[in-house]
Amino acid sequence: MNALAAIVARDVKLAFRAGGGAVPAVMFFALTILIFALAAGPDRPRLIALSIPAIWTGATLAAMLSFDRLFQDDHEDGSLDAIMETVDPLAAAVAAKALAHWLSTLLPLILAAPVLALLLNLPGEAYGPLMLSLLLGTPALSLLGALASALTLALKRASVLMTVLTAPLLTPAVIFGVSATEAGAGGDPRYGAILMILAAISLFACVLAPLAAAAAIRFNTD
Amino acid sequence: MYDLANPDRFDRFARAATPWSAAGALLLIVLGLYFALFNSPADYQQGESVRIMYVHVPAAWMALMCYSAMALSSVIGFIWKHPLADVAAKSTAPIGAAFTLLALITGSLWGKPMWGTWWAWDARLTSVLVLFFMYIGYMALWSAIEDKTRAARIAALACIVGFINVPIIKFSVDWWNSLHQPASVIRADGPTIHSSMLTPLLLMGFAYALVFTTLLFMSMRTELAERRIARLEAASRAPSQVSVT
Repeated sequence: MNALAAIVARDVKLAFRAGGGAVPAVMFFALTILIFALAAGPDRPRLIALSIPAIWTGATLAAMLSFDRLFQDDHEDGSLDAIMETVDPLAAAVAAKALAHWLSTLLPLILAAPVLALLLNLPGEAYGPLMLSLLLGTPALSLLGALASALTLALKRASVLMTVLTAPLLTPAVIFGVSATEAGAGGDPRYGAILMILAAISLFACVLAPLAAAAAIRFNTD
Repeated sequence: MYDLANPDRFDRFARAATPWSAAGALLLIVLGLYFALFNSPADYQQGESVRIMYVHVPAAWMALMCYSAMALSSVIGFIWKHPLADVAAKSTAPIGAAFTLLALITGSLWGKPMWGTWWAWDARLTSVLVLFFMYIGYMALWSAIEDKTRAARIAALACIVGFINVPIIKFSVDWWNSLHQPASVIRADGPTIHSSMLTPLLLMGFAYALVFTTLLFMSMRTELAERRIARLEAASRAPSQVSVT
């Protein structure tokens, strides 16, 4: 348990001290929204109608951008070998790395979401559901991103391949994330049920992704 | 069946079976197309364009079948580390991707006259599109990783994860669809198919399956031969390097 806490603390610290922290991902998120808003035009009703999908798309793309360094740096400087030697099972270490990624990249994105939603004129009653659905759905993004990162661990330039691998896996979380937010904002009675499915997707990813990622890391390092 | 796990025996079997499989495919395609184009009725609603079904539906079957076969080979290769299973999975991917693309293209050609649109974000269409991307990702993994054994393990892992995810993706798109567009373009309770249409459909289905086995045998034999050449080249290079240094 101590080792896992140490991995999380180290990764978060590293992200904020050496990697510019959450700034690159949040900037990317903000710029996606900016480009989207400029492309959609100043028509307010249209922006409002598309604001929830735009926020989810921007957050997902920003998250996808950050996956390719999840294990690569550790692999290159040898700390991944140290983790493999000391942490058993390796899947737990993968989960810790994914948690650190969520804390250092996705949590800032979630915090930035309401500000960007404000720019898109998202109605007031949608902010609660937006935050809740992002909180429940984004762990799946980090976990599946960790899996894709582990699969492409040994490759030099893997970002495009990684996008191809992750995008199909991320579709359920995005679909239910947007559905939950819209249901919550519109007072749909199915809101609770959709949130539960969203949480189920994250929990399922929590079971599947660390195991598969640990296997991929072993294959890629021996 | 177990004997075929030996690459040499497989090679001999595949060499003998390929012409038969190819001839069978050709015969069934000619027969199937004859029934499909000349000896089956036009649909009372869809008219002549119903005939696209005979090239489209088998392609969609094969798209799923190939992915399942790939996943099965991947599981076998993953658990028993059998090289032939890896070769089978690798060789299945491009064929499956081609069938998937064929299903997408013919589906869209069929959709235009039937629904008035080339594309609908219907659950089935969307899942097949996602399936196509999964084939692409799988093949990209194989070509990106130099070491064959490692590529086989990693690609197998990606394939299995993708296979687990196909039903989830299908389910979520179904849900998404029911939430956004209540009136779906495809009715769930479609008319049951008449035997005059079923005959060409099944003939074409078997023809596609034989096309698949023919291509698979050829592609697996090529892959096995390539690996043998690579091994021989490595073996012949090794002593000369020793003498130079």
